[in-house]
Amino acid sequence: MLPKSRLLTSAVSLFAIGALTGCTLIGDTSQPESNTVTLVTHDSWAAPQQVLDEFERESGITIKVNKSGDAGELTNKLVLTKDNPIGDIAYGVDSTFASRALDEEVFATYRSPHANSGPQRYDLDEQHRLTAVDVGDVCVNIDTEFFAEAGLPEPENYRDLANPRYRDQLVVPDAATSSPGLAFLLGTIAEFGGGWAEYWGELKANGVQVVSGWEEAYGQEFSGSAEQGSRPIVVSYASSPAAEVSPDGSAPTRALPETCYRQVEYAGVLAGTPNTPAARTVLDFLLSEPFQRSVAESMYVYPARADVDLPESWAEVAPLPDKSSSLPAEQVQRNREQWVAQWRELVQE
Amino acid sequence: MLEIAGLTVRYGEFRAVSEVTLSVADGEVLALLGPSGCGKSTLLRAVAGLEAAQGAVRWDGAELSGVPVHRRGFGLVFQDGQLFPHRDVAGNIAFGLRMSGLARAERESRVAELLELVGLAGYGARGVRELSGGEQQRVALARALAPRPRLLLLDEPLSALDRMLRDQLAGELAELLRKTGSTALVVTHDHDEAATLADRVALLRAGRVVQTGAPEQVWCSPADEWAAGFLGCTAFLPARVRAGEASSVLGSFAVAGPDGPATLGLRPAGLRVAERGEVAGRVVGRTNRRDRVELSVRLDEKLGGHEVPAQSGVRTAPRLGEEVRLALDPDGVALVRP
Amino acid sequence: MNRRAGWSWAALAALPIGFLAVFFVWPVAAIVGLGLTDGGVLATLSSGQIWPIAVFTIGQALASTAVALLAGLPVAFLLARCRLPGVGLARTLVLVPFVLPTVVVGLAFRVLLPDSQVLAIVLANAFFNVAVVARTVGGLWSHLDRRAEDAARVLGASRLRAFRVATLPALRPAITSAAAVVFLFCSTSFGVVLILGGARYRTLETEIYLRTTQLLDLPGAAALSLVQFAAVLAALVIGAASRRRRNATRAGERPGEKLSAAPDGARRPAGGEWWLVGAAVGTLVLLLVPIVALLARSLHTSDGWGITGYRALLTGDTEGTVAVSGLDAALNSLRTAADATVLAMVLGVLAAVVLVRLRRTGGARPVAETLDTALMLPLGVSAVTVGFGYLVTLHALPGDLRTSPLLVPFAQALVVTPLVVRIVLPVLGSIDDRLRQAAATLGAAPARVWREVDLAIALRSLVAAAGFGYVVALGEFGATSFLARPDAPTLPVVIAELLARPGEQHAQLAYAACALLMMLTGAVVIALDRLRIAGRAGGLGEF
Repeated sequence: MLPKSRLLTSAVSLFAIGALTGCTLIGDTSQPESNTVTLVTHDSWAAPQQVLDEFERESGITIKVNKSGDAGELTNKLVLTKDNPIGDIAYGVDSTFASRALDEEVFATYRSPHANSGPQRYDLDEQHRLTAVDVGDVCVNIDTEFFAEAGLPEPENYRDLANPRYRDQLVVPDAATSSPGLAFLLGTIAEFGGGWAEYWGELKANGVQVVSGWEEAYGQEFSGSAEQGSRPIVVSYASSPAAEVSPDGSAPTRALPETCYRQVEYAGVLAGTPNTPAARTVLDFLLSEPFQRSVAESMYVYPARADVDLPESWAEVAPLPDKSSSLPAEQVQRNREQWVAQWRELVQE
Repeated sequence: MLEIAGLTVRYGEFRAVSEVTLSVADGEVLALLGPSGCGKSTLLRAVAGLEAAQGAVRWDGAELSGVPVHRRGFGLVFQDGQLFPHRDVAGNIAFGLRMSGLARAERESRVAELLELVGLAGYGARGVRELSGGEQQRVALARALAPRPRLLLLDEPLSALDRMLRDQLAGELAELLRKTGSTALVVTHDHDEAATLADRVALLRAGRVVQTGAPEQVWCSPADEWAAGFLGCTAFLPARVRAGEASSVLGSFAVAGPDGPATLGLRPAGLRVAERGEVAGRVVGRTNRRDRVELSVRLDEKLGGHEVPAQSGVRTAPRLGEEVRLALDPDGVALVRP
Repeated sequence: MNRRAGWSWAALAALPIGFLAVFFVWPVAAIVGLGLTDGGVLATLSSGQIWPIAVFTIGQALASTAVALLAGLPVAFLLARCRLPGVGLARTLVLVPFVLPTVVVGLAFRVLLPDSQVLAIVLANAFFNVAVVARTVGGLWSHLDRRAEDAARVLGASRLRAFRVATLPALRPAITSAAAVVFLFCSTSFGVVLILGGARYRTLETEIYLRTTQLLDLPGAAALSLVQFAAVLAALVIGAASRRRRNATRAGERPGEKLSAAPDGARRPAGGEWWLVGAAVGTLVLLLVPIVALLARSLHTSDGWGITGYRALLTGDTEGTVAVSGLDAALNSLRTAADATVLAMVLGVLAAVVLVRLRRTGGARPVAETLDTALMLPLGVSAVTVGFGYLVTLHALPGDLRTSPLLVPFAQALVVTPLVVRIVLPVLGSIDDRLRQAAATLGAAPARVWREVDLAIALRSLVAAAGFGYVVALGEFGATSFLARPDAPTLPVVIAELLARPGEQHAQLAYAACALLMMLTGAVVIALDRLRIAGRAGGLGEF
């Protein structure tokens, strides 16, 4: 009978040791300090620790980050909790979802002192409830090595993608389940207007492959990324080539500037927060130079401020596209569901 | 002393035990005898406190209805032992001693004592699944006896064993109960077993006590024809008692009790094949047993032509169709009074 | 049962029921209710597009369950019955798939089966769930007394027949339990379907996700949730009914008679049993393929082989792209899983104890069945629904749990608790009540009876349940990913975030993190098995 109780004892003591050495959250009694601002953001949030530390030292405010899914999920969570917000400030609602958040009055008015150094270019409403923090353009990327080896001219625009010369070479993420997928669809709508469905018919005839997410499209199917898939043309971001730069500084991939659709990511002070002054300070921080300078390398997006430089390598291989298209937020909001449904039917047939 | 008064156990509408009143004196062994489904095990479990019951169970006059199972101090042995599979033999026997907080040294000596008592000295460290069925029952008994229960409850303690072992163990168990001076309630469906183990038998039918008495008394004078049938009588003849003598077509024998009409219940042992037997008949059926042959005999027409059970020795057994003479053995018949 | 005992049983039941009510029923009802009050539910239900999705959902779940059972039963046999070198390793290996992030497995199966999406979905689902079958069934199997099977063999039954008449009926509770759990897991499988199904194959789960997170179409999501709920409930009720029918036909048997406390039935396989061993090895090899591919991938760099990913992961030198180092994430995972497991063990064991008790109390059987089914429901309801439900309800509780780090283990416990119940219940249920009665007559008070009989006999399966639960919590991603999480990510979350970034280094980091997660799982399982073996060695010493 002894060994039995020993078994039980060791199981119990194993957990006890775990609890004592901090292997459980229950022992964790660190209370949030009074001057803590909860930043609700998307899963892609990343910032250099030293930039955050610096801010905390200067302002005395601790930022508690709360990741809440992608831009769409984040927006919807904010809408559902607008009466009892889960944070003080939100960052990551993008131009596709912004009008829903504005309609539902999730955000409070605030105009940051930095808002005129560039972000004003992307303003959505007169009340200044959302301030642009960064832009992330969705563009078609190509594997330049592939085209060099195949002796094919590189495609440049939407029309080329439907050219039989590039048959079975394009892979795109699903517009229903992936945010770059949706952006690309919106890009084709901006380009072709009512003729977008026809264009997609041509893409389909030309062997476009639709996969569910960016991870599959870029990470798995694209021939220019680490996995070395089989398709040399992919829908990704304007910034993606910067991640593929080899040690000698050359990039094996390139974004096509004529195929870009601009997604702007906004931040705003949540309407229901009891912590408005601190939340405003954090919004100022998101527009501050140190943070704006970090977004490129941390989150693969472009700073909204015009007076902040991109990292050196970016200027070369991933400059900010200058003729990106975009659709008005409320038009997107009004038609998105129907467009996506129509698109699904088109590509599924 | 255990007293059971007006005890009833209900399962919904069904009364498994109905208005049972019984008592067991200190040091006495009472057998609850009856066919399966008669409620005898339920009665036992109600005494143990395992079944909710109406009526009273008293020990030395103290009402037990509010006393939970573990405080009654009654030992229980199941038909199939129910030894704790995760403990060895000694661990099983020591269980109750641990519950009562006995010190380790005393526990060990008590366990050794009990192993000795049930004839399993040296088995302490064995796993219970290495034991034979008989050995398991002995361990179960030792486990129940170890904490010196006020009352021992035995639920068909031998019926899971094979016949030879059962007979042997019944004798040992009887001796053990006497030796330890145990007060016990034994559930059994076998009168042999009841007779071996018990001082007194309570015969149960459909949840009610039909008869109580010493085993031989119940055997010889069952309360009614059903009881006689349960106790092995397969044929019944009218009889009459007059002046201490019971007589029927088969002859007469001495009995105690008042005069009057009665019924004679016949078992195989009640009529033996004998050259000078008083009764004549023809063999119409026979079954070989270990030490005897059981016969079915049709009596002469002038005796009424009844078909009765009888028995003969193995070597001298008559064949089918053979004419035989039978002698009445009063120990093998039952006399049922109205 | 007297009145006082009744109250104390009610008190025991209150904790699991209360937890279920607060952290499952309330949030789900609230979010579905929001959709219902918005109107439009009927429109979605009658639109017709919902039904093909429902049919596909059930169909792929059934197929996946069948495959998982077929593949898992031989493994259960191997783990429970065979004394062969390498069985210990197999015991560890079979659990590894469970913790692999769905996105990683989804990507792996895309490579393996690029052209057959449905098959890939079914196989990937089965891949995750072989462990459930092997562990749940294997647990009971190792407790089965081999003598029943041997007796049937002596009576002239062939090995196959002996299995069918003696072993299979005894295993059935565990098999139905496992099948129910796997079915629920598969019918709410999310990442796998999203990745492998593409735009073409959608399930209720992915559709609820889309409508809730992207379209904020709460009425549509509510309609789908109701359909999902109805389908899952129907499956559970059918399962419970078949269980009842079987119990009725086997009323004469005492399940306890076949149960032994210690697994001792392991021996060298003989004759036709080698076929089963072969099948088990086949399954294990198939499980190994994606695992080995992953390990290889984690060592693969743009110029050959290397451990740059691991180095970056362990030193935290990730160039600012992930907020925490791999070690921190591993620690987060371990802490969260520890909390979830402890919570789930308390809730699950209490629930199992109450269920066993209710089942033995004649009139309470329907209550037991209802509670049993209710406990399983969290596995069958969309994690998105639950996650969004938390957002609109939990602020009403003191200390706003919505953004508390504790919400993650709570949500995980919701998933782990049914598994604990499914593993522990068959063992507790097969303990003969008369053993408890014997202990009581020997002077053990009810709590002591529980400790000396139930706990002592079920201890091994409790340890197994805790280990399994811990591993599930380690790998849990679905429920976690829909919560508003504080920035203390667990390994699966980190892996998903890494894979969402471009560049070779992130892929390497992600796969190295995957390997770390697998190693962590392996270490936990091995440690637990040590514990079990230590217990067993002691146990053998007793005998």
